[in-house]
Amino acid sequence: MSLWFCLAGHLPCEWARYDFMQSALLALLLIGPLCALLGCMVVSNQMAFYSEAMGHAALTGIAVGAIAGLADPTGAMVVFGVVMALAITLVRRVSAVSTDTVIGVTMAFAVALGVVLLSRGGGFARYSRYLVGDMLTITRPELARLGLLALAVLGVWLTLFNGLFLVTVNRSLARSRGIRVELAEALFAVLVAVVVSLCIPWVGILVINSLLILPAATARNLARGTPQYYALAVAFSLVAGVAGLVCSFYWDTATGATVVLFSAAFFALSLLARVRRGA
Amino acid sequence: MPAGTANMNDPLPQTHCGACCTSLRNVGVRRGGRTVLAGINLHLHCGELTALIGPNGAGKTTLLRTMLGDLPRTGEILFIPFRADRRQPRIGYVPQRLDTDLISPVTVLDLFCGAMSRWPLWLGHRRGWRAEAARGLARVNAAPLLERRIGELSGGQLQRVLLALALTPLPDVLLLDEPAAGVDRSGLERFFETISELRRKHDLSVLLVSHDLPGVAAVADRMLFLQNGALLREGAPREVLADPRVKTTLGFDRDLRELPVGGGRHYAHGPDDGEEARG
Repeated sequence: MSLWFCLAGHLPCEWARYDFMQSALLALLLIGPLCALLGCMVVSNQMAFYSEAMGHAALTGIAVGAIAGLADPTGAMVVFGVVMALAITLVRRVSAVSTDTVIGVTMAFAVALGVVLLSRGGGFARYSRYLVGDMLTITRPELARLGLLALAVLGVWLTLFNGLFLVTVNRSLARSRGIRVELAEALFAVLVAVVVSLCIPWVGILVINSLLILPAATARNLARGTPQYYALAVAFSLVAGVAGLVCSFYWDTATGATVVLFSAAFFALSLLARVRRGA
Repeated sequence: MPAGTANMNDPLPQTHCGACCTSLRNVGVRRGGRTVLAGINLHLHCGELTALIGPNGAGKTTLLRTMLGDLPRTGEILFIPFRADRRQPRIGYVPQRLDTDLISPVTVLDLFCGAMSRWPLWLGHRRGWRAEAARGLARVNAAPLLERRIGELSGGQLQRVLLALALTPLPDVLLLDEPAAGVDRSGLERFFETISELRRKHDLSVLLVSHDLPGVAAVADRMLFLQNGALLREGAPREVLADPRVKTTLGFDRDLRELPVGGGRHYAHGPDDGEEARG
């Protein structure tokens, strides 16, 4: 990591001279591709609403952490996110209620519970930083944690990707190929929950889902073939990440949201390209 | 082609034994508190094409999914393999449709690579698997479709691609779930003939769900009539179709030739051949 700071310090730009910008840049270079990789699968699986719900559920996680007296509610967020992911997966499997409804109800419950717990005694404003997130306050130990998360996701993506992919194509087809469909689905749901929870302090509850969905949606407009889909999504996330960080520095705006604006612009352009191609 | 002729492309040696067999003994399925299948007893022998017919909601798809192990069931499913080293049979499954949307970037090649290799698909296609996929597609005369996106394929093309996928590597048991949907008459006849030829050549057990009674009657060795989750009639296609119960349920009482196949709904889409000529 010290190598990174040594390198980043030599970037010929004004913003790169600041230590917090170097940290934020590294954070974005980790979070961006991580979210893009997961996001492609989220979009293929039509789970955009699910990942949105995971972001909102973090609110309750924060509240639980605060009540338990934890200085850092991240652990509570991850645990609550995972519990909710498994609960949704389970309810989906055993009940005939449509997935949308299950997620909607769970999300409404989690958000309401979180707001009630956090607003007790009028203290909600203290937690509003989780809504917007602050990339510029990330510390080196926290960067190291993000790095581990990136490695873990990469590990899953290197070993289990094809199974997850087949499940998105057709569950019974995946089953006929010997894939344990339920396990794969639960694993993916948990992975999304963990990544969303761990990224929220830096990106914010309000825009975390855009970071997952937009690069994938943009790549989908242009890609032919799964390898291209993933490569384009990662590329878009990196370009939007760097552009958003630099602009947020000069505009004095929230980094996460600025990144999302760039992603949205890329999406609009990709849509235009698609329409012009006549597809 | 005689059954013993070796084909260099086939990964398995050809052994015509007539002894391997898939048995269902008293299989039942309950879903949502309702009995969907009950007391199913049947044998599928290798080299034999069995057609499964019945009205909508009879439990045909449920039976196939049960054989895939996709649903909790009671009763026994036994496989007596023709290769002693294989405890579990290899099942090839052709689903009714895929869960991908029209703009999905997934290509035919992606499907093959994702299903056959462990190399993570998002990192690219390995050359060896491309060749393998091309061989698989050639088996059903679909080689030119290798680089096409799934969403670009016509109903008939998708059906052949999925058949090729189910046959790579060669399975012991081939399950087809209403592969007729969205395909015109002549395309369907050719498709059934292809399946019939393949099972002779490779000694497959085939279980085929279809609404196209004249079509399946022409190629099937045996026919099963399923209604309300129970097997009501089993035998040669001509006998089964002559059964008054079958006739009444499926809504025909004269010559099969005059039967409005599947209520005409399978032919709502344009002719398959024109599209292929353009592609």
